[in-house]
Amino acid sequence: MDFMVFQYPMITVQACLDGILLGILFALIAYGMALQWGVMNIINIAQGDLVILGGYIAYFMYLYGIHPAWGVIVSPIIMYFVGVGIYKLVINKVVDRDLFISILATFGISILFMQLMNFAFGADVVLANSGYGTTFLFDSAVVLPNSKIFSAFVSIVFAIGLVIYMKKSKLGRAIRATAQNARAAKILGVDTEKVYAATFGLNAALCGVAGALISITFTIHPYMGLPYTIRSFMIVIVAGLGNLPGVAMSGMGLGVFEEFADYILGTEFRIGSVFLLLVLILVYRRFKLSRKREYLK
Amino acid sequence: MKINKIILSFISAIAILFSTSVASFAKVVGDKIVLGAAISLTGKYSSNGVHTQNGYNMAVDRINSMGGVKVGGKTYKFEIIYYDDESNPKRAAQLAERLISQDGVEFMLGPYSSGLTKAIAPVTEKYGVPMVEANGASRSLFTKGYKYLFAVLAPANLYLDVAIRTAVELNGGKGVRIAQAFEQDAFSQDVRLGILDAAKETGSEIIIDDKLPKELNDMAATLVKVKQMKPDVLVVSGHTKGALTAIRQIAEMKVDVPMLAMTHCDAAKLSKQHGKNSQYALCASQWHKTLTYKDNFFKDGMTYAADFQKEFGYDPPYQSAESSAALLVFKDAFERANSFDQKKVRDALAATNMQTFYGNIKFAPGGQNVDKPMVLFQVMCDGAGKCENKVVAPLKWASAKLIHPIPKWSDR
Repeated sequence: MDFMVFQYPMITVQACLDGILLGILFALIAYGMALQWGVMNIINIAQGDLVILGGYIAYFMYLYGIHPAWGVIVSPIIMYFVGVGIYKLVINKVVDRDLFISILATFGISILFMQLMNFAFGADVVLANSGYGTTFLFDSAVVLPNSKIFSAFVSIVFAIGLVIYMKKSKLGRAIRATAQNARAAKILGVDTEKVYAATFGLNAALCGVAGALISITFTIHPYMGLPYTIRSFMIVIVAGLGNLPGVAMSGMGLGVFEEFADYILGTEFRIGSVFLLLVLILVYRRFKLSRKREYLK
Repeated sequence: MKINKIILSFISAIAILFSTSVASFAKVVGDKIVLGAAISLTGKYSSNGVHTQNGYNMAVDRINSMGGVKVGGKTYKFEIIYYDDESNPKRAAQLAERLISQDGVEFMLGPYSSGLTKAIAPVTEKYGVPMVEANGASRSLFTKGYKYLFAVLAPANLYLDVAIRTAVELNGGKGVRIAQAFEQDAFSQDVRLGILDAAKETGSEIIIDDKLPKELNDMAATLVKVKQMKPDVLVVSGHTKGALTAIRQIAEMKVDVPMLAMTHCDAAKLSKQHGKNSQYALCASQWHKTLTYKDNFFKDGMTYAADFQKEFGYDPPYQSAESSAALLVFKDAFERANSFDQKKVRDALAATNMQTFYGNIKFAPGGQNVDKPMVLFQVMCDGAGKCENKVVAPLKWASAKLIHPIPKWSDR
């Protein structure tokens, strides 16, 4: 236990800012998960692996001399088609089945993706250098890499863009209608099959954006996907489906929580603390639910 | 009639089984000495696994083309049976078992990484199969009393020992303040123990002692602490990802520290791909091509590097060099034992005292190589931003003078 983070106010500020910037990025991934969970009732275990795949797209652009920031545009386009492809091959066969089957299916996809990425790109840890500088605040007591600020900014832009798209466009309305009641939407002429494919594609595209940002800000590696899946799962169960401000808030909350856990418990417990929090929240939610049920009796 | 047939086929099946097992049992077949190796060709260690395999193959080709191994007046050639251990210790142990009991291999080469070597060593020990390994540096491998394990590399606790001693020396013999961050795996934790020993002996103080997780990709918290506490030395060890994460975040957060010492810089291709960001980093290495060790097969480091480059298309990392050295050791031991008896070969290995292009090799009773110090190189960049690793310590091989303290980011 180390309480240095509270002893120096500037470190507290640093931890909060780092956490918020990181949390915004998590929220973007979680938003994709919430979207397809809400529409298709599928918990996508392969979410983090899609993120990493998106990161590799940006990395390869960087390797061929293109600035990795363009990955933010290119990666979602490629990932959209990857998403639609996965839907057509696997997900459409499990979309009407119960949750357990779909978790198994996406778990399988996750393992497949990890191994394929390892096979295709090698097991090296890689990163894409953006060359963005650093921002100093408070007489350089607080340091923020511009790449982190850039990734939070891009995440916000994409999230807002998607919200507007869901509200205004025809497909967006069809997606929302399907989420509310798939059968009714079908009767009213919505091609739910297409909506499902598009939703999965959109989710993959969001993962692509997030992946590109992660390759610019942190590092990527074929086996690093799972922590991102867990984080987005957690953000979604805290916020609930279809609650976008909730997703943003719980994303940032998780980011700050992680940073503080890192300072207080040590970096080695960073991911561990997320898992612990997940268990606590699940227990708490169950507890709440069971109380409600008693009340109904 | 029918029963006769069944009995007959049963007997013939046993006979076939027996004959094949006999045929494959003597693993010095004809003019071939067959060695076995489980290597990580897939999974998280696959890139270093391939470096290891390339190193082995390069040495096998070279030794075979230069006359092979002479035992009992006859010339033999090396051959290696490889299996992919998928970077998984359990799988590695199974494969070692299979190599020995099914394929009848009598001599083994090591896998990549301390973890996998630890998984295999009990198996080779059980069967009394001599194993020369080149990629397991964890100290715990050499304290178990293994009799058949020989490592051509220096143990992990010596990796950054030199860095601390150099820092103390530059500080006028007074102790320094050390900040350290290590991944929680066998190898990195051994490097950490080495630092603790060196700190104790030199009267240095450890002011930050962080542990890094396996899924590490963010060490901002550690670096913020470093900025606050201003240590004299920052030590980071966490394989390739530790080196990459540290370099990226130190550059982005403009962390000023007089000395930065790391492991796995060449595996992370710091000087080539991350240029100026990695400038002035000190890196521990088992080997560097500019060292002046010599042998008859590869001549010296520079020739080895050039030949390797020609064959595989990249500059050899030390993982390849040490793997090649393992075969030189085996050849030498076979010839001195003048026999393929496992016990005799083991004793010959234990008595090894030779020089290879990779360094001097002499085994302590625990099996580690005690005759080859680690080297430290520093990433140095010229005005055009082209960066290179230059050996700075020990002084005997230094090709450049250590730049200390590291200039502040604001002055670069």
